[in-house]
Amino acid sequence: MIVGPLLDLRGKPSWRGARNIAMQVIMGLAVIAILIPLVAVVWSVVSRGAGVVLHAFPEFFTAEIPVVSRRAGPGMGPAILGTLLVTGGATLIAVPLGILGAVYLHEYGGTSAFAKLVRFLATVMTGVPSIVMGLFVYLTWTMRFGYSAFGGALALACLMLPVVIGSTEQMLRLVPANLREAAYALGASKSRTILTIVLPAALPGIVSGSLLAIARAAGETAPLLFALGAATAYNPNLFAGANTALSLQIFGNATSSFVAAQDRAWGAALTLMLLAFLITLTARLLFTRRS
Amino acid sequence: MLLDLRGRSAHGDRAFRWIAIGAGALVLLILGMVALVMVDRARPVLGEMGLSFFSSKRWSSADGMYGALPFLWGTLFTAAIAVAIAVPVSLGVALFVTQVAPRWLKKPMVYVIDLLAVVPSVVFGLWGVLVLSQHFGLGRSFLTAGIILGIMITPIITSLSREVIETTPPSEKEAALALGATRWEMIRASVLPHSKGGLVGAVMLGLGRAMGETIAAALVIGSALGQVTVNPFASGNSMPAVIANEWGEADDMHKSALIALAVTLFVITIAVNLIATAIVQRSMRHSRGKST
Amino acid sequence: MIIESATESVKALRPMQRRAAPPLEETAVVFDAESVEVFYGSFRAVRGVTMKIYKNQITAFIGPSGCGKTTMLRAFNRMHDVIPGARVAGKLYYHGVDLYGPDVSATEVRRRIGMVFQKPNPFPKSIYDNIAFGPRVNGVKNTSELDAVVEKSLRSAALWDEVKDRLRHSALGLSGGQQQRLCIARTIAVQPDVVLMDEPCSALDPIATARIEELMRQLKSQFTIVIVTHNMQQAARVSDRTAFFTAELDAKNDQRCGILVEYDATAKIFSNPSDERTENYITGRFG
Repeated sequence: MIVGPLLDLRGKPSWRGARNIAMQVIMGLAVIAILIPLVAVVWSVVSRGAGVVLHAFPEFFTAEIPVVSRRAGPGMGPAILGTLLVTGGATLIAVPLGILGAVYLHEYGGTSAFAKLVRFLATVMTGVPSIVMGLFVYLTWTMRFGYSAFGGALALACLMLPVVIGSTEQMLRLVPANLREAAYALGASKSRTILTIVLPAALPGIVSGSLLAIARAAGETAPLLFALGAATAYNPNLFAGANTALSLQIFGNATSSFVAAQDRAWGAALTLMLLAFLITLTARLLFTRRS
Repeated sequence: MLLDLRGRSAHGDRAFRWIAIGAGALVLLILGMVALVMVDRARPVLGEMGLSFFSSKRWSSADGMYGALPFLWGTLFTAAIAVAIAVPVSLGVALFVTQVAPRWLKKPMVYVIDLLAVVPSVVFGLWGVLVLSQHFGLGRSFLTAGIILGIMITPIITSLSREVIETTPPSEKEAALALGATRWEMIRASVLPHSKGGLVGAVMLGLGRAMGETIAAALVIGSALGQVTVNPFASGNSMPAVIANEWGEADDMHKSALIALAVTLFVITIAVNLIATAIVQRSMRHSRGKST
Repeated sequence: MIIESATESVKALRPMQRRAAPPLEETAVVFDAESVEVFYGSFRAVRGVTMKIYKNQITAFIGPSGCGKTTMLRAFNRMHDVIPGARVAGKLYYHGVDLYGPDVSATEVRRRIGMVFQKPNPFPKSIYDNIAFGPRVNGVKNTSELDAVVEKSLRSAALWDEVKDRLRHSALGLSGGQQQRLCIARTIAVQPDVVLMDEPCSALDPIATARIEELMRQLKSQFTIVIVTHNMQQAARVSDRTAFFTAELDAKNDQRCGILVEYDATAKIFSNPSDERTENYITGRFG
């Protein structure tokens, strides 16, 4: 006859158990702490920005920026075009060069001294503050050739280049060596193997990494401060004339005491954030779908 | 010859190789030019001011005096506040995601944290200047700047910490659990000692980011001159913010002084980043060596 | 896995004795190796390999793991070129031409000497593009010509009927055995002279293995085949000639280095080996 449980394996309340639970609660609180600013910022931007954007839809996205900033009314069209021009230009410069740089590092350089130096300097370059790159481009480009979207694109490209190199090299590392061997065994040259087998195999990852770099670049302000000058009208010319960008408009209007200007800042912030989120989301979807 | 095994033209192959090498060398070229151009342009002011550029509190373009100490202080002080805010939160989140959260919750949480990393700094600045400083009575001050910078570097430190923590070999965690440790005791006994180096590196990378951040700081730090104080509610200025705010109206000497600020910032952030990278890589190598 | 017992392996060897290798004088020499050595950095993986590989025969390399048989195989189509620090010494002639001579291009060599790898490694492309890759690399652009090569290669690899309706689908959707046959089709699509196979069945189940072995017997009329295998029964079943490699401890530097112990007609190796080490390995008394 069984009298009672032979062994008591139930947990007993103890100081250790309490501390265990307390620490886990603290970690949970940290999660809430990180969510608060995210929710607060997104809420502010959406609640203040949506009104501004929707009140003048779709003119907010298309109309030119009022020259007198205290005047109410829509218009971020030139800034949207400027952001697209600058970010697009930077992408066209930095992504191909970054991919080629990563190809050098992983497919040719390997562990050679020069490759190690380049890899090291690419890491250093990711730490260069964006305002420093902005000044550098101003001194070497803008002072000679004047304000243009291209100057901003150059500054952003300098910031994106090491990021694209880093993420692409990681993706190249994931391409199995036996794919390269299979191509070599069919008589393919090294460049052919890289261009037709290695890069296509790594493509989803490379695109995703590049999109994340683009999303970050689209939101940059400091590198554009000295390169674009100031404009309130459309300037579709990438290479000449002052231009503007969403981030510059937010920066300029944020400290304005006029409500109309502040409103446009919120509207521009909503537009910019949606753009950055959209690019990031695309990157995520691309990478998870294929991998 | 019985058989021709000579390759057909290999020019294309060689050309591609050189293009790739050129792209790699570009990194070297750009960094070299940045250093050269900036130092060259900073020379006039550094020659004039000497070491007092770093020790003087007086910054006045009217009398050609450029003492950067208040801005150095502002940069370090706000970055320190940012790190003090970001570290406990980041560590807590990283531990929660890797050790506590159920599997299904992990991925969405990582998504959300990454989303925070994508919010442009100017949007944080806007929120800081129009919401945080106005509605929470903080004004534009070191503290406001520190809080904004802290929010901005939290996702960076969190995701790096997560990567570091995830290198803890399961065997080490199981060893602690098998001895009857609670989850927290397991974290203290295996996870934290194992990831210590990497976590320090992650924090330093965050510190580097906080010091280099321009726009958010420029908007909320208050742009006050000459403040070297530990009062977090005082207005001040930081090196990148001064560059952004004063460049437009600067004459030649003033520009040289701003470039000298940029050089100083460049050197400090690179030093911090290098140390951080070295620590992270060493600890990662160390942990990999142990687990295999 | 197949359980290998001594009796089973003896049974498997029976059919071999019916088949005698053709007289050597009548067959052309494809490879002529003289004291070949392969180094990885300062580590010598194989030394002193002297052997001839004959046309339209299947030559099997067997031996315990780490004996250098795969290393030796890769020397035949200069696959070591892509490994930093790897180096081949000694003389290796292919139809009388020094494979490592100054004018010889590795890509040209590999076009003539194809390779099938241990793990099926189709490109992450369509079935069609996998087969067409080699011909395209070699300058074939004409679509109907490519179509013809793809069909012919897939038929030769006994894969056509299984995949003809989904040529544009990803090759990664095929089963392991199908993938390996695809890799064989891909290799023969460039019409090589030699096909090197590095343990082509080690990742496959017995049924898929049997199909590949059947395929090898068919292909041997068109190609010279060299196969590395860890499966003695497979060597006995498919090959005409067998080379037994083993690893020997080098007293000087305390490193193991592969050597060629015995190389002869397969029937001879499996029934009456002349070296005691071969006999020990064949009968399972090794190590």
